[in-house]
Amino acid sequence: MSRNGNWDWTPGRKPLADVAGLRQQYRELLEMLPSPDGERFAALVVGEDGRMTAVVNGESWPETYERLWYLRFSAQGKLAGLAMNDYAWTVAVDGRTWDETFEFVWDPRFTADGLGIAALIKQDNRYAVALNGQPWPQLYDMVRDYCVSGDGERAAATVQVEPRKEADVEGFFAGTWSLAEQGERWDEKFINIWEPIYDATGRHIAAQVRTDIADYTIAVDGKVWDRLFGCVWRPCFRPDGGAVIAPVRTDGNWTLAADGEVIWPGRYAQLWQQRFSADGQRLAAVVATDFGRWTVAVDDRPWRRTFGEMVTAPTFVGDGKHIAAAVKDHDRWSIAVDGEAWDNDFDMVWEPVTQPGGSHVAVKAERGGRYLLVIDGRQVGPDYEMLWPHCFAPDGQSVLLRTVQDGKYVREVVPLAQLLG
Amino acid sequence: MSLYPVNKPVTDVAIDTGIARLTTEQIERTVQRVLTKECSARLQVFLDTCVHCGLCAEACHSYLSRDKDPRYAPVAKVKDTLWELVERKGRVEPESIRRMAEIAFVECGVCRRCSMYCPFGIDIAYLIMTVRRICNLLGVVPQYLQDTTNSHAVTLNQMWVHEDEWIDTVQWQEDEAITEVTAARIPLEKEGADVMYSVIAPEPKILAQLINNMALIMRVAGIDWTMPATDGWDNSNMAMYSGDFEVMGRVEKLHWETAQRLKVKRVVMGECGHAFRGAVYDGPRWLAWRQAPVTMVHAIDFYYELIKSGRIKIKQKYEPPVTLQDPCNTVRGMGLGKKVRYVVGAMCENFADMQPNYEHNYCCNAGGGLINCGPPWKHSRMLSNRVKAEQLAATGAEICITPCHNCHSGIEDVIGFYDLGMHTKFISEILVECMEIPEAMKA
Amino acid sequence: MYEFVRGPLVWLAFAALIGGGVWRLVALIGPTRKDKVILPYLHPGYAVRSLTHWLVPYNTVNMRLRPLFTMVSFLFHICLLVSPLFLAAHTEVFAATFGFAWGSWPGAWADWMTVIVIAGGVFFALRRIADPTVRYVTRWTDFALLAVVIAPFVTGLLAHLQVGPYRLMLTLHIVTGCIWLAAIPWTRLVHMIFFPLTRAYMGSEFGFRNARDW
Ligand code: HEM
Ligand code: SF4
Ligand code: SF4
Repeated sequence: MSRNGNWDWTPGRKPLADVAGLRQQYRELLEMLPSPDGERFAALVVGEDGRMTAVVNGESWPETYERLWYLRFSAQGKLAGLAMNDYAWTVAVDGRTWDETFEFVWDPRFTADGLGIAALIKQDNRYAVALNGQPWPQLYDMVRDYCVSGDGERAAATVQVEPRKEADVEGFFAGTWSLAEQGERWDEKFINIWEPIYDATGRHIAAQVRTDIADYTIAVDGKVWDRLFGCVWRPCFRPDGGAVIAPVRTDGNWTLAADGEVIWPGRYAQLWQQRFSADGQRLAAVVATDFGRWTVAVDDRPWRRTFGEMVTAPTFVGDGKHIAAAVKDHDRWSIAVDGEAWDNDFDMVWEPVTQPGGSHVAVKAERGGRYLLVIDGRQVGPDYEMLWPHCFAPDGQSVLLRTVQDGKYVREVVPLAQLLG
Repeated sequence: MSLYPVNKPVTDVAIDTGIARLTTEQIERTVQRVLTKECSARLQVFLDTCVHCGLCAEACHSYLSRDKDPRYAPVAKVKDTLWELVERKGRVEPESIRRMAEIAFVECGVCRRCSMYCPFGIDIAYLIMTVRRICNLLGVVPQYLQDTTNSHAVTLNQMWVHEDEWIDTVQWQEDEAITEVTAARIPLEKEGADVMYSVIAPEPKILAQLINNMALIMRVAGIDWTMPATDGWDNSNMAMYSGDFEVMGRVEKLHWETAQRLKVKRVVMGECGHAFRGAVYDGPRWLAWRQAPVTMVHAIDFYYELIKSGRIKIKQKYEPPVTLQDPCNTVRGMGLGKKVRYVVGAMCENFADMQPNYEHNYCCNAGGGLINCGPPWKHSRMLSNRVKAEQLAATGAEICITPCHNCHSGIEDVIGFYDLGMHTKFISEILVECMEIPEAMKA
Repeated sequence: MYEFVRGPLVWLAFAALIGGGVWRLVALIGPTRKDKVILPYLHPGYAVRSLTHWLVPYNTVNMRLRPLFTMVSFLFHICLLVSPLFLAAHTEVFAATFGFAWGSWPGAWADWMTVIVIAGGVFFALRRIADPTVRYVTRWTDFALLAVVIAPFVTGLLAHLQVGPYRLMLTLHIVTGCIWLAAIPWTRLVHMIFFPLTRAYMGSEFGFRNARDW
């Protein structure tokens, strides 16, 4: 949480970019986004020659590209995008491209420290993960889901390890998939393997696997759980290390299992998105208590109130006491905290953002095409042309807003007390 | 000599090897599992209620097309599969499973027309899907259909399209689109757009032009839209039809999670029928959603909205005589019959309807996973849809509008097989031809 | 014998019908819950809409496609359900047992209705033999069921017309009638009980999809 400690938290407004002006200045304005600290505002533009580049706080990158897209800021404020010239793709970071180019690069992700970048690459029709431009030594026929260790040193991905022959059903069920870390694959082969994750130490990897037509389980470091299930969803590691927890389907219902053993006696029509509290003491998940009735279960106790359409992953509120989730009922979005939905509803809500150490829940919401900040169910401040997800100061006493108002990008720090008025 | 049309002998390696591996114990165990654990009230009530009256027979295009071959009556298909499995409690020989798989995967397109003819509304399609489920668990699924399901399991789309190919194709279609209409962009990964547009894998794989068409339509209509650059862009679902409900669920889960991640208000999907069924009915239900968690608008409905509201204007109507295939999954499955006729009427000068039509239209006999059973089964599929050829010929049309991928390919096959001298087109192909593009937007 | 048949057997038959019917419905509750996708979609409006189409003659496409069959089927079912209720001989027995009853219809009507039921049964049986499609899905139980259904009508008519030994015919009439009643919940005749349920379900499923199911 100290990451944003050195940002400028003095209350006040800073207009930093002229969005309307950018629209006039360039043929097209394709994407725009502010840096996490709000100090820089990037726009992806197309010039009169049809070439693309990025403009940051009014200043254009030195180079232009046939195509540039997927601009993202790292937590440290590095700006990266996927860039292509002459059919060669690479990653451009703050206006400079990697030395390496590839047939294709996609799904770039900053490492947790915000300094490195991983991406999937294709070279000579073979695939790998590249870390900071360096592809794995070993490439594969197909590489799909990948993850990066917390220290940004290693990446793991699901890889196809046997050549796929046209419509070869027999071969497919013999197992053609595995997992590779830094290019080196597990010995085990699976029919399918999906969405690997690292634990906090970066030493263990878990993934969902399919071992027979309708047998599913979790593999941890290449070893599958003893028990098979009717289906499984994305696992997670206990924050304090050790156990892997995953939603599992048994006899047509869902529950949670740890290392292959069912840990929640409750059975649900659906269960996914399990999340631990920061101290690892509590475990919450999205569940359907009954067909079409969604809510959050905390340590196997579902909230009483259920919702008809959707409930998003539970968020533990800063003080660790409450849990918030976005909920959708009768085609309207709202936020529920500990099972109580806010009175207000919206066309759309973003993930709840919680006050460090406190109990306030703030979300970006949309109503009638305008964006608003809502704290504890009440709209605070005006509505905006555009509002990017906000964040709290480390002390939880002010909020950083990144907005577009009257055609201008404005960075604003507002004391919480003022917002709550 | 048979009184009825006869299929050419077929070899399907996946079925053959699947059958060869089966043991009677395994069959019994699997049948018991499905009948007692996975099925419940519906199976029991439908089987108990059926009075064997045969009134459903005339509903089925395969029965009608095959000179009323009794084996193709809907109830007969249930008799030759489930009646036997239930009565013998699953103690049947592997060879019996072969015939059952053929019935369930190739001879019934789970189109549900017969449920409108059975006085009890017995859901034959559901019963046949139950047989498919059993066959899936036994590993006896036609090769090409299983391969499609395998593609879903790996890539979450139905044609083994790699992620990079997907992105590359979308960007290529954007490049094409902007040469016709300025700023006809295909915004990838635009969080908070109004609309996420999702398609089925044959579009990037073989019919990329359709994505371009949508880029033009969206731009002219001024829609704030996006497409995902990750898996989850494909809304199709052949796993639903091969009986692999776990994979079906995984595909739909990701599709809806993607829509939610992009914070769109609704998902507009391309012209496909089974994908609508998978995304709105079968998929969500398996995942415990009562309905799709985000509003899903089928292309037909979307075009209707655009034309009706004047966001898209027709500059010049399409002249050649056209007819229209009502796709089962959007007309019987969503009641879009009137809207699709509004759209066709707005675009086309000469429209002749097929008879029967609306909910009562005959299935194309390609959906329901049939066309995905691949080349080995094509001849049988053609024999089973002579009525469609007769229906088409009677319209005198040159073009059959097919707002569904399966109908599109399936009817093109019928046209070729019965030498009808017409072609199929998607709505969007005609729409981009005849919509008004404002001068200022022309590239 | 006759006394037993007239008394306890009839009670037993009705008990079997009502008890059995109730049991079949109660026994469905569990499976209906387990089959998660039924109850959440049931919709009274759509259910009624579907039922009214399917209970009114010629009100569905398929009924219009088969005018003769539809006529026979409706006459058969109406006569089958109605004639026993308004037959003087039945209402008198009812009055004697319960001390009240409803009006009965002229005997000639009842005779004709009985004939229609029998004729309908014969029609169905012949159809099962003559039509290859129906024959393909016909089993001996289908004929047995038809026999069970028309037997009380045949024996009733014979008794009424005094053909054969009256006492025996009457006994046979009551016995077959009792089998008929008792068979409803336990055979495919259960369609009488399940019909509203299956239609309500399918009507709702089609309604949910904005489509008609007739
Ligand atoms: C209100 C209750 C009932 C309804 C709605 C009903 C409905 C139907 C329907 C829709 C059929 C399909 C074929 C046709 O239309 O003939 C049928 C057939 C039949 N029903 Fe009923 N039924 C009812 C009561 C009964 C009863 C009480 C019996 C006799 C106990 C009966 C005996 C039969 C027989 C024997 C057939 C078979 C005809 C054949 O062999 O093809 N039904 N019924
Ligand atoms: S193909 Fe359609 S009409 Fe024929 S049996 Fe199957 S669901 Fe019924
Ligand atoms: S119409 Fe219905 S009751 Fe009659 S045979 Fe077909 S499925 Fe059975």
